[in-house]
Amino acid sequence: MTNLTSALYNIRLLDDLAKKNTPIHALHPLVKLLTTVIYLAVVMSFGRYEISNLLPFIFFPLFVTLFAELPLMPIVHRLLVVLPLIIGIGILNPIIDNHTVTILGANFSRGWITFLSLSIKCILSVTVGIILIATTGIDRLAVAMRMLKIPKIFVLQLLLTYRYITVLMEEFLRMSQAYSLRAPEQKGISKHNWGSFAGQLILRTFDRADRVYQAMLLRGFSMEYNVGRIEKANFKDFAYLTGWCLFFVIARIYNLSLFLDSLISGVVK
Amino acid sequence: MHMADALISPTVGFTMMSVTAGVAAYSIKKIQSDMDEKKIPMMGVLGAFIFAAQMINFTIPATGSSGHLGGGMILTALLGPYAGFLAMASILLIQALFFGDGGLLAYGCNVFNMGFYTCFIAYPYIYKLITRKGLNSHNIFIASMISAVIGLQLGAFSVVLETLFSGKTELPFGTFVMLMQPIHLAIGIVEGLVTASIINFVWKARPELLEKVAASESFGTLYLNKILKGFIVAAVIVGGGLSWFASVNPDGLEWSMQKVAVTTELSTSDEMHQIFSIIQEKTALLPDYNFKGTEEKTVSENENTWPSVNIGTTVSGLLGGAMTFALAGLIGLIVNLIKRREDVSASK
Repeated sequence: MTNLTSALYNIRLLDDLAKKNTPIHALHPLVKLLTTVIYLAVVMSFGRYEISNLLPFIFFPLFVTLFAELPLMPIVHRLLVVLPLIIGIGILNPIIDNHTVTILGANFSRGWITFLSLSIKCILSVTVGIILIATTGIDRLAVAMRMLKIPKIFVLQLLLTYRYITVLMEEFLRMSQAYSLRAPEQKGISKHNWGSFAGQLILRTFDRADRVYQAMLLRGFSMEYNVGRIEKANFKDFAYLTGWCLFFVIARIYNLSLFLDSLISGVVK
Repeated sequence: MHMADALISPTVGFTMMSVTAGVAAYSIKKIQSDMDEKKIPMMGVLGAFIFAAQMINFTIPATGSSGHLGGGMILTALLGPYAGFLAMASILLIQALFFGDGGLLAYGCNVFNMGFYTCFIAYPYIYKLITRKGLNSHNIFIASMISAVIGLQLGAFSVVLETLFSGKTELPFGTFVMLMQPIHLAIGIVEGLVTASIINFVWKARPELLEKVAASESFGTLYLNKILKGFIVAAVIVGGGLSWFASVNPDGLEWSMQKVAVTTELSTSDEMHQIFSIIQEKTALLPDYNFKGTEEKTVSENENTWPSVNIGTTVSGLLGGAMTFALAGLIGLIVNLIKRREDVSASK
């Protein structure tokens, strides 16, 4: 997370995207969650030296992004924030794994292959995660979680955390602006103010939580978080899940990139 | 310390997910039994607080740089270990979903690394032990410092083990440990200092908040034993159940076992691997698709056994991969064109 304003912007953007009305958004949330988890498990099951096998898996995020009419830039932006962490770990591979391999006449450290494989996996996994939330939204995802028998307390707590984040971040933004205006040219919060700054926020938080809870009780809160009616899964949902799972299984067993290459080479000949 | 999906193998991911689910289920059961219903919104708000607090940059004295808070110890000190663990699990899920920090498959690992050690090891055995004779600013400082450092060190070591068991990087165990532990010692000290300042401030301003938590939990070894038993059972069931997956996957547990424990490959999985290779060979669309004469010669004999890089396949794969990309791009272009036309005709 870079900074507060961008985090707030990101949360609101994903909230807005989740409200779109496209065929992907209309799918049952549980179906989307399951498809994503299966996708991740299949992609991550590939070995360290697999590159060409991984590439056909780009079709899943691509199709979903297109049909859900999601903008590309926010996803790319998220990737740019997350990728350096993986690159930081992966970049050591070419140094540590000093076996050389010859590809098209040039010598490479074998570590480059593992590094590339790791980067592709990172791009794919981060993308599908963002796509899931951008097409489903946290409320509908919570319904899917309840269907998976995840206890009510946890789901309720998750939703409340999510709802409070924007409230608290705005509170923090005000405090931090006030602090930085009084401490020009200073990077971060000085150690003399660590306790009082964050502590003040915590105390405000407690008081706020109390007020919010009282307000919730007055509006009839009974430990339930109502997210509206979710339609039952229909044929389209099952078709979506089975269709993609079939594709994942085929792409896991057969190298579709090689198949495509041989197919096109065959046609050209 | 957020682990990404790309660093995790499905076996490790699902095993840790079920272990975390076990600890979470136990925590839920515990907070349900002594349910103070006000605690639910409080957990939500404190979770959100940690989320916001993680964005505060605290200036690290004499270095010119700044660090931020992990927050596990603050959650535990203010909510108790069970509610603290659940609040941490919520934060990490939101971070994974909305920010790509950590992933869905690595979710179990992340909750365990950042929640379990602080809530169920550092808090009861360090923080509570030091503050058992009563809270004062000196005790709080020492307790927060030591428990934050130990909690983070255990978490970092856990990251090393999970990464190695997943076998996604080339980092040898020793190097990885030497990279991770000192870095997290420095981070732990900052975390400890910040945690101590915040808890001290809260204690001075509203002592009842800390005293209530301190009084409500009585810790013995009993509950940890239960958690550990659950942990072992879950690990055995899931690890055993999914081991076939590791066997098909040429990059799973065995490589890391060899690296970490210096053991040889298990003969059964080797056989399994051969069986699966034969099945794959028989069912492959392009069984002999390879570039002749480009067999890997530079890789030594024993390295070549498993896992190996097939250069012929890699080169063909590069061409195929380029075509895959081209096809993907073409599909994107066509769908976009169709959509644009639909939009234009709709606006008419």
